[in-house]
Amino acid sequence: MNAPRTAVTGEGAFTSDEMMTCCAARALRDGMTCFVGIGLPSAAANLARVTHAPGLVLIYESGTIGAKPGRLPLAIGDDVLAETADAIVSVPEIFNYWLQSGRIDVGFLGAAQLDRFGNINTTVIGADYADPKVRLPGAGGAPEIAASCREVIIVLRQTRRSFVERVDFITSVGYGDGPGHRERLGLTGAGPSKVITDLGVLEPDPDTRELTLTGLYPGVTTDEVRSRTGWDLAVSADPQPLAAPARAELAALHALQAATPGS
Amino acid sequence: MAEIVSLAEAVAASIRDGDAVAMEGFTHLIPFAAGHEVIRQGRRDLTLIRMTPDVIYDQLIGAGCASQLIFSWGGNPGVGSLHRFRDAVENGWPAPLRLEEHSHAGMANRYVAGAAGVPFAVLRGYRGTGLEGLPGLDGQPSVRPITCPFTGETLTAVAALTPDVAVIHAQRADRAGNVQLWGITGVQKEAVLSARLAVVTVEEIVDELTPEPAGIVLPAWTVDYVAEVPGGAHPSYALGYYERDNDFYLAWDAISRERESFRRWLQTEVFAREPGALAGAAGAGAARAAAVRTGAAGAGAAGAGAAGAGAGEDGSGS
Repeated sequence: MNAPRTAVTGEGAFTSDEMMTCCAARALRDGMTCFVGIGLPSAAANLARVTHAPGLVLIYESGTIGAKPGRLPLAIGDDVLAETADAIVSVPEIFNYWLQSGRIDVGFLGAAQLDRFGNINTTVIGADYADPKVRLPGAGGAPEIAASCREVIIVLRQTRRSFVERVDFITSVGYGDGPGHRERLGLTGAGPSKVITDLGVLEPDPDTRELTLTGLYPGVTTDEVRSRTGWDLAVSADPQPLAAPARAELAALHALQAATPGS
Repeated sequence: MAEIVSLAEAVAASIRDGDAVAMEGFTHLIPFAAGHEVIRQGRRDLTLIRMTPDVIYDQLIGAGCASQLIFSWGGNPGVGSLHRFRDAVENGWPAPLRLEEHSHAGMANRYVAGAAGVPFAVLRGYRGTGLEGLPGLDGQPSVRPITCPFTGETLTAVAALTPDVAVIHAQRADRAGNVQLWGITGVQKEAVLSARLAVVTVEEIVDELTPEPAGIVLPAWTVDYVAEVPGGAHPSYALGYYERDNDFYLAWDAISRERESFRRWLQTEVFAREPGALAGAAGAGAARAAAVRTGAAGAGAAGAGAAGAGAGEDGSGS
């Protein structure tokens, strides 16, 4: 994992991780139901909840529905989630009744590797599954989150090692091998709507489904994003400049982080 | 019908070398003390089953208890890699570890099928992923496409899990062996009902079980052995008794990173201790471990009943 780099220094300083977290939080609308993973997705979802989206319903795969943690949980079933949830259900129930049935608006996923069609690898690095170079944690809830949420937002730092031409293993399906593949597989959700990185935002082209650079953080150039992508990156005609984190967003994020173990 | 026994007796009576053992608990109520007792009793060649083989199975794998693992997510939550798990898979140390790998939804449904007494469960899942094509431990796929007999739609079937032994930790049992747990209850009920034998460790044994929100009760006749082990879920947590020892999970990264530091930890914190003793970190987790042991930790401590009722270990952890 790269160390978070400083994006902007001096007055109103923020790191690229903070920019990424704020950008992800802004993608969530008030009243949405959101299936959340631990780490940056959880930070972003909780930031959204304490700023512009107080009615955001956070659902963690431990079975906590409507959790309202005052600090960021270290693990997916932390006591702070259980104690603040509207309801707690079993793990089979959270996956079958709530996720599979199509009740979740947005799923938030990370990745170790991602390809141009938004397919995700969190299983192994190396071509041979049986003899991997690096054994990653594996699937967790991600394959069915990627399949069944109405839309999926992927959050990860952008490097040539993580943004690859072909993922070594498809743990979770984005757009498969391109247009029509999700439909052929019978996946009920629409697939990745945004990939939010530490440089900007990529969105799938409506026709080709290929991830396309559509937004840039302050001070980031298109060439820089291209140089940190392991394939020939498509760039929209007019990538939009994305606003730096507002003072209030940063203050809310820092308050959540300050209350978090290991921070 | 449940017998109330010591932790050492429960493990010795239920788990044999070569068994398929499911220790469940989703972040909450993870049966760490029972896992440590399995290590102390030197069980070998186990097939370990668990959705999230986090620190508890990192310890069992590193200690050489397992030859096979059925799982869906193997990391240290919020911290990073499981170094002992990775060393076993990547380097075969201390022994090669064969994997049968699923998603969470698949594993949860496999337990449901086992509990329900049917050979498979059906879900929308796995389609288009690499997990679909992986062989199970028997060399055959444990995930297969299935056609709905009513609509003709292609869905996914996953094979039932039927462990030899399920091991869980719960907050309370009564003297008849009825078991009560509440808060995040994960797949513990399904694991117990899918297994041939069930072992439950509890924070305390009480005269009468009183209702709790989001609680479930496992009747005594669904459980084989109950052992009172206060703090038995540490460093995970027991809602109403003690908080998660996050410092321990953070410290585990350094303890487990090298074989030698892991071996030292295993010697001082598991082998040198009595059954049911807390295995703390050598540093950050120690004070918390001691506090859990004496019932002093956590605003929600359930009172004197949970305090210091176990073996004469102070759990000072260093």
